[in-house]
Amino acid sequence: MISTITNLQALEAESIFIMRETAAQFERPVLLFSGGKDSAVLLRLAEKAFRPARFPFPIMHIDTGHNFPEAIEFRDRRVAELGERLIVRYVQDSIDQGRAFEEPGVASSRNRLQTVTLLDAIRELNFDAAIGGARRDEEKARAKERIFSFRDEFGQWDPKNQRPEVWNLYNGGIRSGEHVRVFPLSNWTELDVWRYVEEEDLELPSIYFAHRRLVFERSGMLMSVSDHLPLRPDERAFEHQVRYRTVGDMTCTAAVSSSASTLAEVIAEVAAFRVGERGATRIDDKFSETAMEDRKREGYF
Amino acid sequence: MAIAALDSRLAGPAAALSTIDLLRLSTAGSVDDGKSTLIGRLLYETKSIFEDQLEAIERASLRQGADQLNLALLTDGLRAEREQGITIDVAYRYFATPRRKFIIADTPGHVQYTRNMVTGASTSDLALILVDARNGVVEQSRRHALLASLLGVRQLLVCVNKMDLVGYAREAFEQVRDEFSSFATGLGTANVAFIPVSALYGDNVIEPSANMEWYDGPALLPYLEAVPAGSNAGEAGFRFPVQWVVRPMSNEHHDYRAYAGQIGSGRVQPGDEVLVLPLGKTTRIRAIDTYDGSLDSAAAPLSVSLLLEDDLDVSRGDMLCDPFSPPSSSQDVEAMVCWFSETPLNPNGRYTIRHTTRKARALVTGIDYRLDTNTLQRDTDVRGLNLKLNDVGRLRLRTTQPLLWDEYRRNRVTGSFILADEGTNSTVAAGMILPPGEDW
Ligand SMILES: Nc1nc2c(ncn2[C@@H]2O[C@H](COP(=O)(O)OP(=O)(O)OP(=O)(O)O)[C@@H](O)[C@H]2O)c(=O)[nH]1
Repeated sequence: MISTITNLQALEAESIFIMRETAAQFERPVLLFSGGKDSAVLLRLAEKAFRPARFPFPIMHIDTGHNFPEAIEFRDRRVAELGERLIVRYVQDSIDQGRAFEEPGVASSRNRLQTVTLLDAIRELNFDAAIGGARRDEEKARAKERIFSFRDEFGQWDPKNQRPEVWNLYNGGIRSGEHVRVFPLSNWTELDVWRYVEEEDLELPSIYFAHRRLVFERSGMLMSVSDHLPLRPDERAFEHQVRYRTVGDMTCTAAVSSSASTLAEVIAEVAAFRVGERGATRIDDKFSETAMEDRKREGYF
Repeated sequence: MAIAALDSRLAGPAAALSTIDLLRLSTAGSVDDGKSTLIGRLLYETKSIFEDQLEAIERASLRQGADQLNLALLTDGLRAEREQGITIDVAYRYFATPRRKFIIADTPGHVQYTRNMVTGASTSDLALILVDARNGVVEQSRRHALLASLLGVRQLLVCVNKMDLVGYAREAFEQVRDEFSSFATGLGTANVAFIPVSALYGDNVIEPSANMEWYDGPALLPYLEAVPAGSNAGEAGFRFPVQWVVRPMSNEHHDYRAYAGQIGSGRVQPGDEVLVLPLGKTTRIRAIDTYDGSLDSAAAPLSVSLLLEDDLDVSRGDMLCDPFSPPSSSQDVEAMVCWFSETPLNPNGRYTIRHTTRKARALVTGIDYRLDTNTLQRDTDVRGLNLKLNDVGRLRLRTTQPLLWDEYRRNRVTGSFILADEGTNSTVAAGMILPPGEDW
């Protein structure tokens, strides 16, 4: 008899393996948490990999100061439930210290500035591995990335010269000052993530589900009205039923028009989407054809 | 997750679990044979491309001055790839049809980036080898076919591409087929299939093409939906490389000590006798723990935590295995390796070896031969025998600690290793273990 496991069970087994490899191969790993659905899945996978013991790494959030309040609430609640250590580093501090500079103009976003704060934190706290929730199906530069992705002493990614990564023999060898980004969800798709959220009954920030919100339209996208994003003279605020597909910086993450208020409705909606997750929601990827690659080279998530 | 439900289905002597309807495939073939275009076509025709991605490649195609949609841009996502019109590194794409889920690794054809092709092929069930109908089988087609079969990729599917440029002629297809078949005989690879296609115009990609009525086999997609999935590794008995020791050290779980890892092959259940290597002692499985509770049994590739009846000295890199068919244990191993580094192999050199969850040092004790990837001839010229970038050869190694291994052909998990440079830590080779004295 040939037994089978579901696609989600295979993905879960692989991700747990990657989490444990990270814990075993590095001295000071950290798990990067953004407050979104991928982070929620990462936390559950860490529980699966290490319970009943504590996580062998702290959780770190790079706070842009422009976060959705729902995401911050969710972060604090989950971390408290788990009883794990949370480290927060603020982009505002990097700006105040003159390490990062806000881009001028009303379209400015702190998204890119996170890289400075992230790399400073990695250096300050001596982390040698940073686990992130990026998936290969999100974006064309991410589709190229290894599961153990090497960063040089400047935190840079060199996409033309990645280490070969054969079988599941992940090479975490580094010299001091270098680090590795680890992506346990590399092989998951957006739909896999949602199906897992359902199977595991994971809690998510409420903004992932349909709600009424004061929004305005910019570059064909629905942006939330907030202090961080002043309206231009030709823009008009209106109330609309929306939800979020990704949770990032408020200034560059757009909502999608949706009436999906339950998990089942969201899954049905995701399965039918004709527009990609980042394409629908990220203004920052639209700057140029290789916006994501360029940010990643500098050390972005 | 519903592991309990899974469990009831595990009854019976199954050696491993296979994933429902998932096919992992990787592309292969020479530069410009049309790999990225074919994958782009497949994604396009199965409506697996989001509208915004399609718009983005429409814009990029226009910018490149192309007169039609350049589907290769769907996987050639890096700036340098778009500038040069070539693939540099593997792109992973995910798509599904009502029949099956697919993970595609689109790999580079350029010789310089062979290591990235190996990266993509190492986890595939099927290698989709493209051959330009005008050029026939070239050196790089042979090299990739060899690498795929060395890596134990079970199915080779040769797509004879650009049929539009040879007037959809049957002879062109048959010539490639015959040429490739005779080379494949030397590889000892069982399953080779051939489909004539035009990636650019979509002939025989989704549906049979009206331009090639002489061809009566399946089109590409129906073939991929029906071909057996899964690898043939995992024939060996129970193998569990210990990855991590779970020891909470809290009052509540004071004496808890579990060995966590991913089952490499076979299956276990509580009460089973297991041999602990390299310790050489046997004990029994007390429980199989997961976050979702204890299991009645578990099989590869699940990640679990095993509790043992006896208190033994077990740590990362050790292995729990079937006492009746244990792996070999030795400090000397022989293997076929693919060399990845611009720096040639140092015949007296020392490298870091990573094998299962074990890391050790390895000394090169001999190079048996270098395999000519074009003619499959073994070059045994003792003087100056060496492996350079993209070479394949047979090596002997001595390691600082014994490796617990099976022949690669029987077990991918315990039969594979990588070598890394001790200075830069970069991965310089992939190895597939052979029984002593046995030729590949
Ligand atoms: N006429 C014709 N041209 C094709 C066909 N398939 C691909 N091409 C063209 O061949 C060129 C190379 O195609 P790619 O898909 O980039 O080739 P590749 O094999 O991915 O190349 P590398 O990844 O760099 O090794 C492009 O100009 C394609 O448009 C085909 O079926 N017919």
